[in-house]
Amino acid sequence: MSIDLKTIKHISKLARISVDEQRAEKLAGDLNSIFDFIEKLNELKTDNIEPLTSIAETTLKLRSDEVKSKDIREQIIKNSPQDNEDYFVVPKVIE
Amino acid sequence: MSDITKQSLTQLVENIKNKKLSSTDVTKAFIDRSEKSEKLNAYITNDFTSALDKAKKFDQKPNLDLKLPGIPMAVKDLFCTKDIKTTAGSKILNNFVPTYESTVTENIWNEGAILLGKLNCDEFAMGSSNETSFFGNVQSPIDKNLVPGGSSGGSASAVAGQLTPVTIGTDTGGSIRQPASFTGIVGLKPTYGSCSRYGIVAFASSLDQAGPMAQNVKDCALLHEVISSYDPKDSTSIDFKRNHYSKELTNNIKGKKIGIPKEYRVDGMPKEIEDLWQKGIQYIKDCGAETIDISLPNTSYALPTYYIVAPAEASSNLARYDGVKYGFRAKGENLIDMYEKTRSEGFGAEVQRRIMIGTYVLSSGYYDAYYLKAQKVRKLIKNDFDEAYKKVDAILTPSTPSSAFKIGEKTNDPVSMYLNDIFTVPVNLAGLPGISIPAGHDAKGYPLGLQIIGKAFDEQNILNIAYAMEEKINFKNKITDWWIK
Repeated sequence: MSIDLKTIKHISKLARISVDEQRAEKLAGDLNSIFDFIEKLNELKTDNIEPLTSIAETTLKLRSDEVKSKDIREQIIKNSPQDNEDYFVVPKVIE
Repeated sequence: MSDITKQSLTQLVENIKNKKLSSTDVTKAFIDRSEKSEKLNAYITNDFTSALDKAKKFDQKPNLDLKLPGIPMAVKDLFCTKDIKTTAGSKILNNFVPTYESTVTENIWNEGAILLGKLNCDEFAMGSSNETSFFGNVQSPIDKNLVPGGSSGGSASAVAGQLTPVTIGTDTGGSIRQPASFTGIVGLKPTYGSCSRYGIVAFASSLDQAGPMAQNVKDCALLHEVISSYDPKDSTSIDFKRNHYSKELTNNIKGKKIGIPKEYRVDGMPKEIEDLWQKGIQYIKDCGAETIDISLPNTSYALPTYYIVAPAEASSNLARYDGVKYGFRAKGENLIDMYEKTRSEGFGAEVQRRIMIGTYVLSSGYYDAYYLKAQKVRKLIKNDFDEAYKKVDAILTPSTPSSAFKIGEKTNDPVSMYLNDIFTVPVNLAGLPGISIPAGHDAKGYPLGLQIIGKAFDEQNILNIAYAMEEKINFKNKITDWWIK
C-alpha cells in the first residue's frame, strides 16, 4: 500500500494539524516506511482471536457520585492562553 | 562535597538518619553538581532555591521515620508538579503550570523527599534518544555526543551523572529500561496498574507506567516501594497487596526457573549482545537458579503492533492540546485555523508523525485492518507470556539490541530508531514488569544492559533476581566527568 499526498492532507485535516506541501511530502515518505513495517502483521491469521481491550484484568471499581473538588474555577482557568477571569476565550465562531 | 553525590540513595538515607549528613548538606551537593553539569542539558526547569529552603526546613525538625528523609530528587518533566512548570518536553506546554500534583510525586514528597527540578525527556515521551525534546537533546555522561537513550533521557543522564541520587521516569515502550541500559544504571518498568497514572502527561494510556531509575537494585526497590500505590484517581490502578520491596529484597534465588526466549536472538544483533546474554545466563546459574529455553513465538510482531496501538492512543490523548484551555496558542483566522496552526507550530515532527499514524489507523475504513488487528495480535503476545509463565518464574533477555549511538545517527530514519525498543515493547504490550540492570560494556566502553521480565505483580521476584545478578556482575560505570570543566 502507499499513502499519497491526498491521504496525508485528509489525515492532517482529521488530526487538526496544518501541513504545508514540503512537510506533507516528508510525512508521506515517513508514513510509507512505517506502514511497510507495520504490514508484517498481515502474516498472522487472527480471525478467531479476541482482541485485547484491557490489559488490567479487573473490573472497574464503583464509587459514590459526589463532588470532591469545589470552587476551583480559578485553578481551571489559570492556564488559559488568553486572559479572562471567567471564561475560556476562542476566536469568534458565530457571525 | 563531591563524595556525597557518589553515595547511593540507601547510603544517603542511612547517613541522614544517623545524623552524619543533613538534608542541607546533601541537597547542596546535588545542586552544586547539577549547576556544573549544564552541558548535559538534563534539566528543563530547576527548583534549586526552594529545594534548599525545604532542606533547611527539614533539618530544623527532621522526621527520620520517613523513607526518603530530606533526600533531594529531580523527576522527569512528564509528572505534573503543583506550581512548577511541567512541559512534557514540548513547546505546546512550555507555559503550563499545573495546579495539582501527580500521585507518584505526591507519594515521594510525602516520604520526605525534596524536588530538585524537572528533567528533560523526548517530547510527550515519544522517542528513544531524547532528541525530540523541544528543549534540545541531552548528552550522556558516558561520552560526548552520545545519546542517553529515551524517552527518559534526562532522567538517565541525571542518575548516571550523579545530578540526583535516584529519579522516576515513565515507560510506554522502553522509555525507562532503554536509557537505563544506555547509561549503566538500573531501571524498573512496573506492572501496569502498579503505579498511578494520575497527573502524568498521557502518551498511550494502556501502556504508560511510571517507574524508578537508580544506581543500584536496592535503591530501585526502595523508590518503587514509595511510588507504587493504589489510587482511586486512576481507574486502571490496581488494588493488590504491595510488598516492602526493599526490606524483602534477597539475593537468594536458588531453584528459580528463568526462561531464555529464542526469538530474542534477532538478525543482525551484534555479537557482544549475544555474549552478554550468555554471560547473564551463566550468572543466573552461578546464583543457583535454573535456565530453561522457551519460545515467545509472536515476539517479532510486537513492534508493528506497538506502532499501531501507541500512536492510536496518543492521537486521542493529544487531541486535548487545542490552544483553548491551556498551553501554547497560535493566532488563527477562525477557530479551526487556530486549532490547526496551534498544533502544527506547537508539536514537534515526531509527535506530529505519531498523531498522523494514530489518526490514520483509527479513521473510517482502516480501523479493522489496523487497530483491531493490532489488538488481536496484542492478545497473542500476551498469551505467549502466559504460556511461558506456566514453566518459568521470570525471563532473561538483553535490554537493547545495541549500545548507545551518537547524537544524530538515527534521526533521519524513524524505523531504525523504533527498532531500539524491540526487546522492551513486548513487556508493555503484555502489561508486565521488567527491569534493566547494567551487565557489561561493549568494545567502545559503553554500558550494556540485561532485562529481567516478571509475571504481573511479581516485582519482588525480578528485583531479587536483579539483586542476586548485580552482586555477581559487579558492574562499574565509567563516568569520567567529561562535561565538568
